[in-house]
Formats: sequence, structure tokens, C-alpha cells
Amino acid sequence: MEDGTAERERPQRVVRSLGTAFGRLVLKTGRAVYGWLRSIRWRSWAFVAPALVLIIFFLVYPTVMTVVRSFFGRTTSMFGAPYVGLENWHYVFTNDVMLTALRNNALWAVLFTICTTGFGLVLAVMLDRVKYEKIAKSIIFIPAAISFVGASVVWKFVYAYRPASLNQVGILNGLVVALGGEPVGWLLQRPWLNNILLIVVGIWMWTGFCMVILSAAYKNIPKQLLEAARIDGANEWRVFRNVILPLLAPTASVVATTMIVQVLKVFDIVYVMTNGNYSTEVIANRMYKEAFNYFNYGRASAIAVVLLILIVPFMILNIRRFAAQERGR
Amino acid sequence: MMNPRKLIAKTPLHLTILLFAAIWIIPTLGLLITSLRDPASIAGSGWWTVFPKLFSGGQYSLENYVGVIFTEGLGRSFLNSLFISVPATAISTFIASFAAFGFAWMRFHGRTILFMLLVGLMVVPLQMTFIPILPIYAKLKLAGTFPGIWLAHTAYGLPLTTYLVHNFMAGIPKDLFDSASIDGASPLMTFWRIVIPISVPALASVFIFQFLWIWNDLLVALIYLSAKPDVAPLTLTIANLVTNRGQDWELLTAAAFVSMALPLFVFFSLQRYFVRGILAGSVKG
Repeated sequence: MEDGTAERERPQRVVRSLGTAFGRLVLKTGRAVYGWLRSIRWRSWAFVAPALVLIIFFLVYPTVMTVVRSFFGRTTSMFGAPYVGLENWHYVFTNDVMLTALRNNALWAVLFTICTTGFGLVLAVMLDRVKYEKIAKSIIFIPAAISFVGASVVWKFVYAYRPASLNQVGILNGLVVALGGEPVGWLLQRPWLNNILLIVVGIWMWTGFCMVILSAAYKNIPKQLLEAARIDGANEWRVFRNVILPLLAPTASVVATTMIVQVLKVFDIVYVMTNGNYSTEVIANRMYKEAFNYFNYGRASAIAVVLLILIVPFMILNIRRFAAQERGR
Repeated sequence: MMNPRKLIAKTPLHLTILLFAAIWIIPTLGLLITSLRDPASIAGSGWWTVFPKLFSGGQYSLENYVGVIFTEGLGRSFLNSLFISVPATAISTFIASFAAFGFAWMRFHGRTILFMLLVGLMVVPLQMTFIPILPIYAKLKLAGTFPGIWLAHTAYGLPLTTYLVHNFMAGIPKDLFDSASIDGASPLMTFWRIVIPISVPALASVFIFQFLWIWNDLLVALIYLSAKPDVAPLTLTIANLVTNRGQDWELLTAAAFVSMALPLFVFFSLQRYFVRGILAGSVKG
């Protein structure tokens, strides 16, 4: 009997001592939290809080959710889609249109980046040697101020095609006909020419941006350096190759990174000019179609993640550059 | 006077520049001229055929502009574009300047990590964000509304704008803050009375940059406003025009020029700030 009560009391005692332990824990945690709360610099946080809240809601949370969503199937509603494992990923890397999009993005990345940075560099150096530098720079730079949509209309008109029996209205075909050729449906010339012609629109828009940055860097080079090389008998090409180029390389690499990041996300030009038809699809336009024309949010999420994965190396590069710059302060 | 030998040596240089300038200006020139011609001549002959009689009157009119602005709804879209860009730019510049000051001059745990996160987020593709946000927008009835797109543009622009303003503010001499805190000024007062007035040029650059970015945006408008044509900005309306009236060049060229007018005006009148904004953006301090 006595043993029995003891048996019965023991759990209570255990509970009671657990209770006190828990109470102590609560008190301790409370104190720690209170101390932590006091140590937080609320006034400092108040400055950054609005920005952080917006960024977390609009960028951080959805990025995580999109990665998760890429493993779930299609539904017209946003949630409650079945788990499909790697099915969307299989689609992304095997479907013909997606492969075309990946190939085109690679073409855009190479051609666009080389041409914008290269032309920007050449123009920065050349324009420094002429008296009409300012006006020439303005002309090259103007397209940077207008929208991709506006630029797409401008160039759609340049590439306009009409049958040979009619007068041409697009200047490119006007030129071809004037030289005795047959008019060409430029944007239908798959798979290479039409893609390249779309890339030309991008180059036309962004070369000015590269030129402005590289020109500023070029003007920072002490001119005595170039003079010294010339006095030593170097011709202009060697001055460019052996003096200017190495000095501009760090800026050029920053510019090129910016261009790659921009071009991987290319959307507007393709959306407006061809909507990805005739083998001109790109990743961002495919993502838009899957999500907002076909309502396949799982696939669209996977495609968006591909874009993110392609950009992550440049993200890391930027953070590294920033960290190096901070250490240098 | 330049000596002849030097002139000949420089000819390839001038010719190359001339070629670039021509390629860069001819497409826009063609657009402008076409937008001023009547539909029958646009369809009948290339715009370059006006050159022999470039300045003879009678062949130009503003009729296409009247058409797109009043019957194609571009006037409404122009106002929508303004009503989207101006508040969104103002809100984001405002919030970014607070955050930039916080990151540059206040001390708190996690400051460096958070700022690195910010630098990383500058390049996150917006495509990563649409699918999870849209249902929330639908629930909150923000889809297809101006406040909805203001918030989205503000948030999407914040990493870059904060970064740009931070770069400027971090360069303000520390002594200024020391003397202010000796005088007993709170951080908020220091911010309003000292930092903001000094930062006006930088803020102006960021404002112009952000304004043009939002004015020229198609993607964000397509996602958050697409269902409602009465709130559509210029870019969206013109993209739809291209789809539906792809061969009506008198409409497309005039419409495109309407959308380019404000950016071009901003560019020519405020080029200095614009260029400064771009230079601040290249990661070199």
C-alpha cells in the first residue's frame, strides 16, 4: 500500500521538479531574451527595417518558395499540387523547346557580352581622340534611355519584310533590294540569323552603357603613360594592346559581368519581336509562357530556378568584389 | 589647322565612328519620320524616300499621334505610366535612403551579412518571385492595382538603389557625424539635417535611374497588371499593339515614339545625373 502511494507520488514529484526546472528555464530564457532585446539597437534597425521587410517579402520568401514549387506538379491553383519529384527538372533539360531556349541563351550570353563590352571599349578609346566626342557619345548612348519595347518596335521596323512585288518599308530589305537582291523575311531565318538579329537589338541598346563606364575608366589613365609608350616607339595598336587594355581590364570585367547578368534574363525583346517563335525562344520567355499561358506553375518554377542557377556564380562574384572593396575602405 | 598627313592617318578613325553613329541613329530616325507620314505613303514607299524632298511640307502630319493617343488609348497609358513610375520611384528612393544610412553609419548585429545579402539580391531574376507572390496579391486584392505595382517596383528596386545610395553615404567624412553627436543630435536628426542635404545629387541620380527603369519596365507590369487594360502602362499597351496590329506601322511608330519621348527628354536635360548614376553602379566605389 505504502509503496503504492509512493509509486503514485513519484510521478507527481517528478512532474513538480520538472515544473520548477521548466519554470527556471522560462525565467532564464526570459531574462536572456530580455537582455537580447535590450542589446538590440532598435534605432539602427528602424532605419533598415522597412527595406528589409519589403525585400524579405518580395525577394527572399518567394525565391525559397519557387525552389520548393519546382518539385510539385501543375495545378491551376497555386497550392495543393502533387509532389512530382524531378519530373519538372527532367522536362527542363530534355524538352526540345527548352533545349532551344538554353542554346539561345548561351548564344545571347556570348555574342551580346562580347559585342557590348568590346564595342564599348573600342568606342571609349576612339572617341577620346576626336573633337566631336560629346555628340557621338550621346548618339550611341540614347538607346540606353528607351524601353526594350520601344527598341523592339524600332528594329521590327528595320527588319520589316514585304513580298518582292511591293515596295519595301524596312530599311534592311530596302538596302538588299537596292543592291539587287530579293527581300528576306529576316525574323524567320532560323535558327541562327534571326537569333543574331534579335541580339543586335540588345547590343544596340547596351553598348552605350558599356562605353560610358569604360570611357570614365579610360580618362582616369594618366596620359603620360601612353605618351611614354609612344616615345618608346610603340605604334597605336601596341599602345592599345599593351598599355590601355591591361589598365582597363578590371573595369571591363565588371562591365562584362553586368552584361552577362542582364542578358541571361533577356525577355522583353524576344517577347515583343517573335514571342519565342521560329526557334528564338529564351529561358525567361519560356518561364512566362509556362506560368501565365499554360498555368503550369511547377514547370515554370523549375525554369526560373535554372535562370537563378545560371546567375548564382555572378552573384557570388559580386559579393566577393563587394567584400574586397569593403576591406579596402 | 591639322596637317594633311595627320588628317589622312585619322580617316579610318573618323569613318569607323561615323559608321557606328549611323547604325545607332538611322533606326530611330526612320521611326520618327515614319510616325509623321500618312498611312498610305508609309505602306507605299520606304521612309528613306522622303530624303530628296526632306523639308518640303505637306508630307508630314501629327495625325498618327492623334490617332494613337485618343483612339488607341495611349494617352491613358501615358498617364498610367506616370502614375506608376513617379510614386514607385519616390517610395523606393525614400526607403532606400533610410536603409543606406542604416547600413553605412549605424552599428548593429548582422549588418555586414545583411548587406551582402542585399548585394547578392541585386541580380536575382525576378522570375523567381512571381509565382509565390501572385496568390498573396490576389488575396489582398493588390493584383491589377497601382499600390500593388508600387510596392512590387519598390521592393525589386531596393537592393540596387540602397546599394547606390550606400556607396555615396559611406563616403561622407566621419567628422561630420562626430560633431553632430557631440551636439546631441539623434541619428534621425543627423540623417534629416546633415546626410540627406549632402546626398541630394546622389539621390537625384538614383531617382532618375529608377524612374527610367520603371517607366521602361514591361515584365513587372505584365505580371501584376496584365488583367486590367485600364491601368496598363505604355510598354504593356504597345506590346499588345505589336501583337494585334503588327503591320500598322503608322500606329506602332507613333506609339513607340510616345513611349520614348519622356525618357529622351529626361536623358537630354539630365544626362549628367544619368551618367553619374551609371558610374556609381559599376562596382568600384
